[in-house]
Order: sequence, then structure tokens, then C-alpha cells
Amino acid sequence: MRYLCLIYEDEKWWDKATQSDLQQGMAEYNGFTESIKKAGNYIGGEALQPTKSATSVRVRNGKLSTTDGPYVETKEQLGGYYLIKAKDLNEAVQVASRIPGAKHGTVEVRPVMEFDQP
Amino acid sequence: MQDAFAAAVERWPVEGTPTNPRSWLISTGRFKAIDRLRKTRREVDADVEVIAELPEEPYDLVDDRLRLIFTCCHPALNPDAQVAMTLREICGLTTEEVAAAFLTNPPTLAQRIVRAKAKIRDARIPYEVPEQRDLPERLASVLHVVYLVFNQGYFRRADLALEAIRLGRLLAELLPEPEAIGLLALMLLHDARRQSRTTTTGELIPLEEQDRSLWNREQIQEGVSLVERAFGLRQIGPFQLQAAIAAVHAEAATPADTDWTEIVGLYDVLMRADPSPVIELNRAAAVAMRDGPEHGLKLIDEILARKELTEYHLAHAARADLFRRLGTKPEAIAAYQQALALAVEEPERRLLQRRLRELGVQATT
Repeated sequence: MRYLCLIYEDEKWWDKATQSDLQQGMAEYNGFTESIKKAGNYIGGEALQPTKSATSVRVRNGKLSTTDGPYVETKEQLGGYYLIKAKDLNEAVQVASRIPGAKHGTVEVRPVMEFDQP
Repeated sequence: MQDAFAAAVERWPVEGTPTNPRSWLISTGRFKAIDRLRKTRREVDADVEVIAELPEEPYDLVDDRLRLIFTCCHPALNPDAQVAMTLREICGLTTEEVAAAFLTNPPTLAQRIVRAKAKIRDARIPYEVPEQRDLPERLASVLHVVYLVFNQGYFRRADLALEAIRLGRLLAELLPEPEAIGLLALMLLHDARRQSRTTTTGELIPLEEQDRSLWNREQIQEGVSLVERAFGLRQIGPFQLQAAIAAVHAEAATPADTDWTEIVGLYDVLMRADPSPVIELNRAAAVAMRDGPEHGLKLIDEILARKELTEYHLAHAARADLFRRLGTKPEAIAAYQQALALAVEEPERRLLQRRLRELGVQATT
């Protein structure tokens, strides 16, 4: 079963981080990514640019509206994700708990909707 | 599912253990579900669906009860639904009975259960006893649910307290972790005082006024030896400490014989293991018994000054008791009135009303 792990962290932390903080943060994420690749849980994952670069798009009555900023302003922001493979929610939670961001932010685990192949 | 367990218990002594108990149990579950379908059509649909999706695995029956408990109490499920499903699937209560015990209406509760079952299926919450590394967190969540059930039974339904003890016994037998043993001990020790806890008219009798000859000595003995056994495993936790405190109370022949120094010491450890304002309040009450009411009052006022427990009736009741013992009547009356305004459970309200009458206040509410 596939699960999407959405990583919510205070993006200001990355702004305030020193060079060595950044290096350590990157090293932790790289180490984690390697470990779940080895364990066979990894499908994909990316870090996102900060929400100040976000654009929200809606179409209402055929009319496009584009606004600056994320869909909702929150104290912690979606900063990246992993798409993982796990046998059940317990394994997914185990993997999610090792994502470095879980130590100070929150990781939301969402099962992926599986559709029958035609 | 618990219908299938009942059927299993009835039939296995006669027929012997089936070769594949798991699929037998599931098919019995279905069979029974169809029986029940005639009575409560909507509720059971969800059962059948979930049961049908349980994976085939090597299995033994003892393990299956544990798996069911761990699945019902999975921390990824809504907390109310955890309690409700435990009572329904493991203790065999109806949705209506669970709703009545928890003062919610049956449709709301049924809705929560349906949602929880859908999540078990959709997010694939496994039907299994957690692995060793997850066990402490997951067991804590199960024990919490069992203790909630026990507390709900405390005033409202004695049979719920007994169900909780039965569950606690099962857990302590199948998974003899120190905290599981500690919770069972705690429940046995509290329940041992059931007969002496309320008057025939349903008024709460405080510990120091209880007729100790009504306490269930056999149950206290079992509770005490469980505490000793748990402590021997050298992994002290909050349930064991609370049980140890209950054991000190239970072993005192008279209120005056209570070892308050020991109790304060246990609360000190508890404050380090699991700090909370409620524990702090209980500790303050014990300090009052050891050092005098004014020392306890000071500690309670510190909690309230931090804006904690201000809406908690027992904080005001404890304060009132201490003013009463100091002989400062107006403060005692004011605090009892505050407590009464916040108390919900009838036995507690009656005790507070009696205290006010004793202080010369005419019955108001």
C-alpha cells in the first residue's frame, strides 16, 4: 500500500538556520532517504520551496483566479513530502516517525487512493 | 467478533480446537453477524465488511483477543471511537448501552464507530499485536482506554468497572508488562472499596468515613501482591505508582494509621514520572494530612494561581475540606459552593450538599 507523508515544519527555521544547521539538516534528510531506499519503502519525495513562492489557483464559473500565497496560512507549512510503500499503517507510521521533520514539526500520513486498473 | 469468541468458548471444549481457528473464527463471526443482522441491520454491515478484509495469517486464539484490543485502541483512531469499539467489540455492549454510559446519543456514537471502521480499512490499520519497539506506546493507549472504561463505571455503571477489570486481567495475563499489571492492581484496589463508597441513598462517603470492614480484603490482597510483582520488574510507571498509593490506603486499618509520609513520597515519584495538575492536587491533599491543612492549602492555591484546575470541582472541594479542618467557616462554605457549582456526578453533589448543611447552609441547589 502507498502512503503520502506530508511534512509540515516551521519554514522560518530554515531562514534562521546557520550554514552548519543547514548542512546537518540536509545530511539528516539524505541519510533518511538512503535508509528508506535500502529498506524498500521509498517511491519518491521532494523538498518544496518556501510558501512565499506559492501560488493558489482556482477556476470558478470558467474564470481563472490566481492569488499569491499558499491555500491556507498555518503556523507550520507543507515543506516537502515522501511517497512511500508500506505493508500497513503501522509500518507507514514507523517510517514517518523517522523523517527528520517529525522531531520538531508534524508529518501527516495519508493512504493513497488505489483505483482498479481497467 | 465477540459473538464468535463466545461461540468458540462454548464449543471448543466439546469439539476440540479447529485446525485453522482464524478462518473458523472469522466465518463464525460472519455467521453470527448474519444472525444479528435481523436485529440491527445497519450496525452489523460495517462489521462484516471489516471481518471480510482481515488478512489470513498464522494464528492462535489467545493472540486474537489481543489483536482485537490493539486494533480497537489504535492511536490513529478517534479516542471516543476507541472506547466505544472496545466496549462493543470486546465487552459486547450495544451501541445504545455505550452511548448511555458516556452521555452521548446513539446515532453520533454509531457514526464515530462507522468512521473508525472505515479508517481501519482504508488506511490499512493492521489486525495485529504491535512489534516490541512499538509496544510501550501502543500498550499505553490500550491501558488508557481500559482505565477510562473503569472510571466511567465508577459512579454510573458498576458492570463497566467489572468489564474493565476483566479486560485488565486479560491484558496482564497475556502481556505481563509492569504497567498492565499496575493498572489491574489499581482497578482491583479501587473496586475493593465499592461497597463502602456510597450510602444507601447514593451519597458519596469520603475515604476517612468509610466502613473499612466492608472492604473486599481478598481483592485488596490480590491488588497488593500485583503491585509488588510489578515493582519487582523494575520499570516503574504511573499506573503502578497510583496502585501503590491505593495499596497504602487499603492496608491502613484506620484512617489514622495511614502512612502519609509514604503516600507523599509516592506522589513525589509520580510527579516526576507523569506530572499533571491533578496529581499535584492529590499530592497537596496528602501533604495536608502529613504536615497540616495550612501546608496543603498553600500548595492548592499555588495551582489555582497558575489558572490550572480552576474549573475542576475536586480542587475546590479539597480546598473546602482544608478550610473546614482549620475551622475557617466562611472560606469553607464559599469553596464548597464553588465545588458544587462545578460538580456533575450526583453522589459527589450530595456529599458537598451535606458538608454545606453541616456548616449551617440551607440547601439551595
